[in-house]
Amino acid sequence: MMKNTQQANGTMPTWARIWLALTLMVLVYGFYQAMAAPREATMGNLYRVFFYHLPHAILSFVFPYLNLAASFLYLFWRRRNVERAAAADAFAVAAAEVTVLYASIGLATGMLWGRAAWGIWWAWDARLTTYLLLWLLYVCYLLVRSVSATGQTAMISAVLSIFAAIDIPICFMSIRWWRTQHPAAVFGGGANSGIDPSMAPAVIWNMVAWAMWGAFVLGLRYAIERRRQQASNAQALGILQDETADAALAHSFEEAR
Amino acid sequence: MNYARHVLNHLRKDLRLEWRTKDSINGMLFFTLLVVVVLAMAFDPASFPSMTRQISGGLLWVAMLFAAMTALNQSWARETHNSVLDAHRLSPAPASALFIGKALANFLFVTAVEVVLAPIFTIFYNLQPLGQTWKLLVILPLGTWALVVNGTFFAALSLRTRNRDTLLPLILLPISMPALLAMIQATTAVLTGQFEPTLWIKVLLAYVIIFTTACVMLFQTVLSAD
Repeated sequence: MMKNTQQANGTMPTWARIWLALTLMVLVYGFYQAMAAPREATMGNLYRVFFYHLPHAILSFVFPYLNLAASFLYLFWRRRNVERAAAADAFAVAAAEVTVLYASIGLATGMLWGRAAWGIWWAWDARLTTYLLLWLLYVCYLLVRSVSATGQTAMISAVLSIFAAIDIPICFMSIRWWRTQHPAAVFGGGANSGIDPSMAPAVIWNMVAWAMWGAFVLGLRYAIERRRQQASNAQALGILQDETADAALAHSFEEAR
Repeated sequence: MNYARHVLNHLRKDLRLEWRTKDSINGMLFFTLLVVVVLAMAFDPASFPSMTRQISGGLLWVAMLFAAMTALNQSWARETHNSVLDAHRLSPAPASALFIGKALANFLFVTAVEVVLAPIFTIFYNLQPLGQTWKLLVILPLGTWALVVNGTFFAALSLRTRNRDTLLPLILLPISMPALLAMIQATTAVLTGQFEPTLWIKVLLAYVIIFTTACVMLFQTVLSAD
């Protein structure tokens, strides 16, 4: 009697397919730009990992804000509009998972680069430690989601998301006073910062490509989560209807007797 | 004034419960004592006085953090018997008063453990602080409140999860990271006398103010969740 849990065959809408195709094209072009950019003066070809490290690192500080915004919206709509609240929650999960994905890639590429540039895989400086904490917090967020009781997940994770968002800046400032080793901010970090103009196209194209890819993965995950919510609602509703149907059947039996 | 009376009532209730059972304090006290002994096995503090000064701040706070965590879960478990929590939800008293009362009670329990532990620590680790010791009177309460306020909040949050005993450290440890860094640095500054703890006390103070506000504002949501 579970027929109402079946959804219509899910296909990606046309605009999503076009977006995916565009994203893949930009990714390929970004890869070409990264490989065609001139060799760096001191590090040679090794520096090319930078074109992947920078977009992932920057974007993994953008997705947590989307997660935070969705969490606030969830708390706002929780009592007012259940359907919108569920959508906000689905968006929050999707943003958190993309955060973990991008932060993991950012950490991995950063470690590869650190090994080449500093000779060590890891240093406990402000940026690295804060970044690791960001990664830990969002892994915790996903873990908490997986262990919390079904009806509570959304509320608990929304509150946790707000605490995580408050924690990151405090942590960054406090560790900055503790010690610092990461190079000064590449953009807007003082007179000597910035990149050589010849590398700009590779940085920009890769930035755009990974942002588009992140948006695509986020949208896909959101759609899947929405479908899961609808399926579980439909299932719960189906069980309820079965129970009323069974009760009605039992009642009619009683009357027939 | 009405609000203060509610807080005081919750605090009195928690203190009375603790006075009659002595569950949290006894557990914490013995737990920290064991941690101190185990860490002494690991580091041999009595033979290397200068190293002991460097690491004692960290050891003390890690021991306190773990001890607080054992007590925090129990502090809300009391409220779940006989559906007391549902009664709290129905009561017209502000939810944040319940939270502040509970956090104050936990703060007093952890402080009591610290008062007993600090002399033991000094004796067992042969500790001779080189800085201004009176500053610890500011650092210890601030650090304790920083641990307890978030701990009480997240213990309430994890009440409705399947394995709440693992969940609390999972959330509390990463969130408390800046506070832990600040209190350990400040304590180390006092013990070694090599630098001024002022900056770290300020960080701790900012952390305490920000997170106390966040907890008080969000507690209503947590308590009244269906």
